[in-house]
Amino acid sequence: MAKITAGVATSHIPLIGVGVDQGKQDDPYFKPIFAGYDWTKEWIMKPENKPDVVIMVFNDHASAFDQNLIPTFAIGCADEFQPADEGWGPRPVPVVKNHADFAWHIAENLILDDFDMTIINKMDVDHGLTVPLSAVFGQPEEWPVKVIPLAVNVVTYPIPSGERCWKLGEAIARAVESFPEDLKVQVWGTGGMSHQLQGPRAGLINAEWDQKFLDDMTANPEHLPLIPHIEYLRETGSEGIEMVMWLVMRGALKGQVKELHRHYHVPASNTALGHIVLENGA
Amino acid sequence: MPQKVAEYFEELEDIPGTRVFTAKRARKGYWLNQFCMSLMKHENRERWRADERAYLEDWPMTDEQKEALLARDYNRLLDLGGNVYYLAKVFSTDGLSFVDAVSTMTGMSVDDYKKMMMAGGRSPKGVRSIKEGN
Repeated sequence: MAKITAGVATSHIPLIGVGVDQGKQDDPYFKPIFAGYDWTKEWIMKPENKPDVVIMVFNDHASAFDQNLIPTFAIGCADEFQPADEGWGPRPVPVVKNHADFAWHIAENLILDDFDMTIINKMDVDHGLTVPLSAVFGQPEEWPVKVIPLAVNVVTYPIPSGERCWKLGEAIARAVESFPEDLKVQVWGTGGMSHQLQGPRAGLINAEWDQKFLDDMTANPEHLPLIPHIEYLRETGSEGIEMVMWLVMRGALKGQVKELHRHYHVPASNTALGHIVLENGA
Repeated sequence: MPQKVAEYFEELEDIPGTRVFTAKRARKGYWLNQFCMSLMKHENRERWRADERAYLEDWPMTDEQKEALLARDYNRLLDLGGNVYYLAKVFSTDGLSFVDAVSTMTGMSVDDYKKMMMAGGRSPKGVRSIKEGN
């Protein structure tokens, strides 16, 4: 049976991708950014931890989807996805390979579980999906895991509530458990933490709020889905709203969830970088 | 429904120096944002670079939107329905990073903005709510 073994969350700041692609890991600006991923890099490649499949909860940044099509929740079901050209050529990263049977199984189960998923077969994936892979896996010839892309609209309002994201995570967990193949599965939530990329208030960072959010991932998780959009926006900046995607990940975990690793650093570009690794309970 | 829809949208307008990309803004900025998307193609970037004003003639945007684009007035573009992930195609074509472009919306120089970020970023104190002034 397929089993969710861990949840991972990480920012997907484009600059992290630039750092990896241009080999700047030892540059003084980048060093503290990458140092916080060393633990995860070692942990994830140990055979007992290495996932077969990552369900990657991310958002598209006007790359695959434009204003013609704005799916609230979408799942990638094709065999592979190419890195997107975001305006300066595609990132030099491997093609993202899916486990399409498993992705279709999850799509079917979610729809029958009352989540009206959009199914995508052709989608170029942007930094929202590829930067987390680079941060954790570096520059391999091929990504060492299969990836099921799960895109959430966090750009055009209204976006889904934190509660809805959490419940989607719970439904994903049910779908995973009913897949007969023996697979180790991780759910990754990406984006955040505090940042605002627009207007005179740009550059907003709220380390105190972010740290409490990280604490509450294990200390007070039942509070997390109740945070309204306006609180993310006021406290963590207009783009801090991406943290609702972390709730899909957290909603997919159950029982006594244990924090294995945490990394928080300001700044990476305009953003507070946050990263956490959570072991799933029973 | 946990909250009244009208209240939800009213609250989104109560954040200082912020334009949340609501459906209302998205409608206003539809062609502006679709124009931005066109710059993801190399040949379109070349046409845009060669003659910006001529390239804009193909797009059913308002004159205000066109002038704001030519002036790279990003705050104005946000008011006119632009969204930063779309506008990013314009400043990327200009060779600007997110930090470079975003800083122009704050009234700070790029250097001062970078210094602010290195020092931990902008505090939310005083910029949470227009009504509350906190």
